[in-house]
Amino acid sequence: MSSGPALPPVATPSQALWNARCRACWLLLAMLALVVASFWSLDLQWGQFFSLDAARSMGRFIAEFFPPDTSPEFLRKVALGTWETLAMSALGTLLAAVAGLALALPASRLHAAERAWARAPTRALLNLLRAVPELVWAGLLLIAAGLGPLAGTLALAAHTTGVLGRLFAETLENAPPGPGAALRTQGVGKGRVFLYATLPQVLPQLLSYTLYRWENNIRAAAVLGVVGAGGLGQLLAFHMGLFHMAKTATVLGAMLLLVGLVDGLSYGSRRWLMR
Amino acid sequence: MSASLPAPPQRDPAWLGRLFWISAALVLLWPLGVASEFKPWTLLAPDNLKVTGQFLGTFLPPAHSAEFLLMVGREAWRTVAIATTGLVLALVLAVPLALLAVRVLSVSALSGRMARGPFWLRQAVRWGLVVLRSVPELVWALVFVRVVGLGPTAGVLAIALTYGGMLGKVYAEILESGDAHATETLLRNGASRSQALFYGLLPQNASELTSYTVYRWECAIRSSVVLGFVGAGGLGQQMDNSMKMFNGGEVFTMLAVFVALVALADQVSALLRRMLG
Amino acid sequence: MKLDLDGVAARHPAARAGAAPALQSLRLQVAAGEQVAVIGPSGAGKTTLLQVMACAMPPTAGRLQLDGTDPWALPRPALQQLRGRLLLAPQVPPLPPRQRVVTAVLAGRLPALGTWASLRSLFYPTDIPAAHAALAKFDLADKLFDRVDRLSGGERQRVGLARALVAPATLWLVDEPLSALDPTRSRQAITSLVQEAAARRVTLVATLHQVDVALAQFPRVIGLRDGALAFDLPAAQVTPAHLARLYSQHEDELQASAAPVDDTPAAPVAPAVVYCR
Repeated sequence: MSSGPALPPVATPSQALWNARCRACWLLLAMLALVVASFWSLDLQWGQFFSLDAARSMGRFIAEFFPPDTSPEFLRKVALGTWETLAMSALGTLLAAVAGLALALPASRLHAAERAWARAPTRALLNLLRAVPELVWAGLLLIAAGLGPLAGTLALAAHTTGVLGRLFAETLENAPPGPGAALRTQGVGKGRVFLYATLPQVLPQLLSYTLYRWENNIRAAAVLGVVGAGGLGQLLAFHMGLFHMAKTATVLGAMLLLVGLVDGLSYGSRRWLMR
Repeated sequence: MSASLPAPPQRDPAWLGRLFWISAALVLLWPLGVASEFKPWTLLAPDNLKVTGQFLGTFLPPAHSAEFLLMVGREAWRTVAIATTGLVLALVLAVPLALLAVRVLSVSALSGRMARGPFWLRQAVRWGLVVLRSVPELVWALVFVRVVGLGPTAGVLAIALTYGGMLGKVYAEILESGDAHATETLLRNGASRSQALFYGLLPQNASELTSYTVYRWECAIRSSVVLGFVGAGGLGQQMDNSMKMFNGGEVFTMLAVFVALVALADQVSALLRRMLG
Repeated sequence: MKLDLDGVAARHPAARAGAAPALQSLRLQVAAGEQVAVIGPSGAGKTTLLQVMACAMPPTAGRLQLDGTDPWALPRPALQQLRGRLLLAPQVPPLPPRQRVVTAVLAGRLPALGTWASLRSLFYPTDIPAAHAALAKFDLADKLFDRVDRLSGGERQRVGLARALVAPATLWLVDEPLSALDPTRSRQAITSLVQEAAARRVTLVATLHQVDVALAQFPRVIGLRDGALAFDLPAAQVTPAHLARLYSQHEDELQASAAPVDDTPAAPVAPAVVYCR
């Protein structure tokens, strides 16, 4: 908690109530109230979770995971599911990067004299896309596209467009203005100023954000299958529903490996970009 | 100034490299499209269009009966409660793990290389955080729903574990990225680790830590809606039910409430971060 | 291009509303194909003068005419076309750090390229020999395919000047072209610039801190002080008394031929920092 500036001479009690030090106290109080209310309003089954019974059943539950099913035909299915999930996440992220850039242009004010009347509505659209989680998008798109990974790819693309669009717009607005201003003085139009002056400066950062987002999307893609969008998630939900715990363990292992692989690829690519 | 101009080059040396990378990208794109069954034109297939049209048709009028709105409000509060509770538990998990993982508080590293035991302990904690962070929260929720049954407990625990890993990793990164000089000096002069923490590390990084935590709270609200789809209660579960029954009006209202909730949380989060940072 | 300023007053672009104007009721005429040097102490309004001439900033009073037309009375498309016929080279070279020199130089030609040609040039530079020839005039031909951020400050400044040579411009407005160059290179660069301007019959207006270079290389010298014209004479008629009056209270700048050369290499581009998922 910050100690705040020295207290000004107090004129009225209501003034004292709102100066910086007291503001921090009110804030803390509000947060505490939120936390307490949250714990109290949910009927959390702590007893059930921490009892000896629960520990034993947890133990039995976990024991069913081992040994994981490593039969060749199942491993082949898991490999296919992994490849499908990887493709979903990569394609979805790529589509989102393109769409995000296209939306970031109207959503940013590239130089002080620009009217940028499209900025507010485009930002509102991006916030809307970003607010709805991937799973909800997937649920909605499954109705339009049917079961399968297409809905998953489009759901990832929709949500990530909002995220990347907002990030890209901020990056574009923070780009150094010099090169663009020089071209504008020569009478070059907006589009070519962007391509020749702004984009070369921000491209590594845009790529870096996109690769970073891929790390998140591989996790999201892995679970979108739970609602029917294909990939590892669909395998997971299927076998968990039938209590095939050994097969579930294999799928979980594949998920962890895939996430680790994409994390590593993303980190390595970002390092290489910034050399 | 040279009187005879050197012969101008005729070709761009970077062209072949660019051509190679563009071709490689295109070649890679094809199998990705096949594997993810990327046929966006199926959205426009007549059957699909009919179903989409019917569903969209049920969106209006949005459900607005008083008891429905009351239920939505209650579930929205539950969603926030699940997120807050989960995040508090995540803090309980993340803070000690982050402190264990930072090299800055290592006493053995003050005089050259870190001793073997503490080094491997730190590595183990880091890997633990990575594992916690790698498992998607939905998977945790699925597992916990089996153990503790449907309801908010599974959601809270799933958020606690995943966000514990996330927060722990980022806290460790923030603590290590700051200037270690003050902390190191305290340790060298005999201060205990907790003293070095409270007098050196924390004051320096407090605003960044709180800023990130508040940002994660907003993310947790969105996560808890997602977890509702597997039975962890809250707005997500209701939305799942309504979607399965193709009741567009209810889905529309709930989506609107959810987007408003996220926007509100976003504003609160930005406000808090401005005040704290 | 012919320039005609009549009672032009202008404010510095970053000035607050009530601040004094940077240029006060300036009256100036430059014939087509003339070469003019503008000298004066810092804060005299030299950069503002160039920006007004480049139609980058409307004058707050008075009238500006380029080739007999008032640019600010023209409709937007015509103004853009007019701008395409001039080039303003700012003091800090406007080059994107990670772009290659060949693309950065050829960007000066954009007003003359159509949309399709501009797009194609991004992938494969359309006129490598022209860029090569332009750079050769400034002794940089071997840096044709290097990245801009791998050049030193002086080299980048010369690349900025080379841009003027490929631009479809009949008016070159150059702001402090020699600030990062040592005396030998300064002489070479300014000689190339003036010779090219004369050969192409391009109007050249350059602001300079190096008074000796201005007097040696330019047929006409304008002295600016506190936004007003101090003198406007052929170089041969500028006496030490004129210079002393111009630079009174700024004598150190008059000796500024020995000014420190700002030939720093480019700062490395900071990597993007992303904290959150």
